[in-house]
Amino acid sequence: MGLAKRVIPCLDVDKGRVVKGVRFVAIRDAGDPVEAARRYDEEGADELTFLDITASSDGRSTMIQVVEAVASQVFIPLTVGGGIRTLEDIRCLLHAGADKITINTAAVFNPDFVRAAAERFGSQCIVIAIDAKQVSQEPNRWEIFTHGGRRSTGLNAVEWAQRMAAAGAGEVLLTSMDRDGTRNGFDLALTRTIADAVEVPVIASGGVGCLDHLVAGVVEGHADAVLAASIFHFGEYTISDAKRAMAAQGIEVRLPKMGKRSDQ
Amino acid sequence: MHSVAVIDYGMGNLRSVSKALEQVAPEAMVLVTSDPDRILEADRVVFPGVGAIRDCLHELQSRKLTEAIRRCASDRPFLGICLGMQALFDVSEENNGTPALGVIPGRVGRFAPDPARKIPHMGWNQVQPTKPHPLWHGIPADSRFYFVHSYYAIPADTALVAATTTYGLPFACAVGQANLFAVQFHPEKSQRAGLTLLAHFMTWNGAQ
Repeated sequence: MGLAKRVIPCLDVDKGRVVKGVRFVAIRDAGDPVEAARRYDEEGADELTFLDITASSDGRSTMIQVVEAVASQVFIPLTVGGGIRTLEDIRCLLHAGADKITINTAAVFNPDFVRAAAERFGSQCIVIAIDAKQVSQEPNRWEIFTHGGRRSTGLNAVEWAQRMAAAGAGEVLLTSMDRDGTRNGFDLALTRTIADAVEVPVIASGGVGCLDHLVAGVVEGHADAVLAASIFHFGEYTISDAKRAMAAQGIEVRLPKMGKRSDQ
Repeated sequence: MHSVAVIDYGMGNLRSVSKALEQVAPEAMVLVTSDPDRILEADRVVFPGVGAIRDCLHELQSRKLTEAIRRCASDRPFLGICLGMQALFDVSEENNGTPALGVIPGRVGRFAPDPARKIPHMGWNQVQPTKPHPLWHGIPADSRFYFVHSYYAIPADTALVAATTTYGLPFACAVGQANLFAVQFHPEKSQRAGLTLLAHFMTWNGAQ
């Protein structure tokens, strides 16, 4: 009995609509973010993550409105990421109702950004997003990639995770670029290596195709939380299906109460 | 119309707190403010907070909020949340030892490093009430609330502990001292259980 492993649906948002990239190229439309957030909340999601994949700057203000609308209706932690470059970006999203901000590419190009953000807003709201790709086996080596997985930085993913945690990131969102969109399951070796190497919690991401993959992410990958998108968006599985499957394997989860809220 | 002041000292996400209060008490006036006079005029006060305690105390002092907080914490329904709980104690280990507001006797310590447990303590953990309190009404024992913190309060008087949570060791996740209640978890982010607690706070008369 104690701290529950978290199940986090991820909503990729482009111009105010939820979409999901398959290997970040093909994109399918999966709905309105506020409706999706409400549904996930009712199903028992432990947090919600929004990744803003909007390219244009005027489209980005739409994300602020999405966050404001969701934060007025859904009372669980909201994480927002995608294109965060400045302390002002973070301040605006926190002010709109986000609880945590993920920083990805900006940290690669300016490692002090994470330190500055953690000092200003607190480690609890700074998540370092790591997109890693395996570049060798025996020994395993993963490197940080940017630009949707197209560009290598040459940075060792394990060392980078440790460095960012030391700089003040309170959590790691770890995505395997080899697995993202494949539905073949998390890269468990990558997840376990990083989860065991840092003191902060690690969210496993990339590749979930079935509920057993979520179980494996925790049991074999040592993840503190598991993140998935497409298996939830299209109604294949609910969040409560995921929680029940994890509980059946002995993983401690926050099981949702059935039915609507009685206090509203 | 009754009013609640949410103390704004420039740190963290106050919108979550004010939105949750508006949700559970639509008839109340919810005021997010850094003005000590307006805080002193409010019927009840919420003292939220995230971030580092040294910055918190610095911001409170530069906005001349410490006296208003001490006074409200002694004479009306008052709810401290997360860093807003920790700051009420005498001293915190954070930032190499930071003197705090001294409203509740005790100190704030850090979770000891342990390979089996991540720091920060982040996510949904169970809360075991240790004494009856109006704010627990209708919330079953072992309900899960959302936590995110690396430090935790150690009250000098264990009779003040209103609930414990276990993360390695049990720690005081809630304290009740007369009209003051303070929680380490985030009720504004704890879905049904959290909204229930906030709804009780908004009707609480400050008696134990």
